[in-house]
Amino acid sequence: MEEKKGIIFTGAIVGIIAVLLVKFGNPVNMGFCIACFLRDIAGGLGLHRAAVVQYLRPEIMGLVLGAFIIALSKKEFQVRGGSSPFIRFTLGVTVMIGALMFLGCPLRMVLRLGGGDLNAILGIAGFVVGIGLGIFFLNKGFSLRRSYKLPKSEGFVFPIVNVLLIALLVSAPAFIFFSEKGPGKMHAPIFIALAAGLIVGALAQRTRLCMVGGIRDFILFKDTYLLSGFIAIFVFSLIGNVLLGYFNIGFEGQPVAHADGLWNFLGMVLCGWASVLLGGCPMRQLILAGEGNTDSVITVMGMIVGAAICHNFGLASSPKGPTSNGQIAVIICFIIVALVGYFNSEMVISESKVKGDVKVG
Amino acid sequence: MAKIDVRGMSCPQPVLMTKNAIASNPSTIEVIVDNNTAKNNVSRFLKNAGYDLSVEELDEDYLISAKK
Repeated sequence: MEEKKGIIFTGAIVGIIAVLLVKFGNPVNMGFCIACFLRDIAGGLGLHRAAVVQYLRPEIMGLVLGAFIIALSKKEFQVRGGSSPFIRFTLGVTVMIGALMFLGCPLRMVLRLGGGDLNAILGIAGFVVGIGLGIFFLNKGFSLRRSYKLPKSEGFVFPIVNVLLIALLVSAPAFIFFSEKGPGKMHAPIFIALAAGLIVGALAQRTRLCMVGGIRDFILFKDTYLLSGFIAIFVFSLIGNVLLGYFNIGFEGQPVAHADGLWNFLGMVLCGWASVLLGGCPMRQLILAGEGNTDSVITVMGMIVGAAICHNFGLASSPKGPTSNGQIAVIICFIIVALVGYFNSEMVISESKVKGDVKVG
Repeated sequence: MAKIDVRGMSCPQPVLMTKNAIASNPSTIEVIVDNNTAKNNVSRFLKNAGYDLSVEELDEDYLISAKK
């Protein structure tokens, strides 16, 4: 219990901050959503033209910079990369396609449940199934291979990009898109959102909070450390939503959500499966990116491009429900993720046995 | 005595490789890791599996030595 205090505290803070961000202006049940916010950033940069989801969300920049600052100060800033970058990029795209079918990343899935959105139960069921599929491949020796040490300068680029994004947000030049209605219009004041991101980024870096890791480690190792954070987010967002009057239990009419159970389920199967192969949920990828992991930077780039693809090709769901393009895309992504899993496991390769194998002597 | 090198592997492979390495129930095991997250995860796993640990900080890596 002693060692879990930190992660339970972090989960509690994330749950409370997420509800407070709604109070300060973010869409309901979207105090913190990595997929939604990366999608808004993609829109803000003009990578897609869905007018209702365009904003440079400072929560994301805060997450990266919070993790970056604390990692530097704790001497945990380690610049690495080179572990199957384009596969990671592709998996990042698929994670986003799955998340935007469901309308939220794994973090928002928990926040939606905390707000009474029962569609999230189907999302969580799908997420668990997806994680189970990922674990099947892990147990078959799946690996995206080793990463390698890279020059420090490589790891500084992404934090600098995030500082530039903050500058663009504050200066609001004409070439940045800002929604005039819809979820993109709804946002907390910049400095509150940035501070929220910094706090969550720093705490998540220290505790390694990860939504995928919570369920994965419980299934694989019966380890409840990360799962404790996952549960704390739910409990404290639930309490916060009840206290502030946002709690609204049911399936229909939930904020920025649809009630198509099958596709909510399948979207999160895809998101969970691809995230296990990537080694962590979308939030964890941002934290690792801040810590100098350039493979995670590539994954985040994949998620941003994935968001642009979703909105340029009509794949993303809306409160009206999923689109047929989105349904086709999710099926194609299942095939892609299965192929990635198969061709990178020991069912096909034996090379991963060369290094890191057990030496008995 | 089992020895594994999990440097550069992404989560959860350091722990999975450790799990595979202790499948034959060795009395001692050494795991070399290159980051704090893997150090903590592998250490927690080995402790739960009933090993006593010592962690030595190398240049940029950690050597986790465990024995039953």
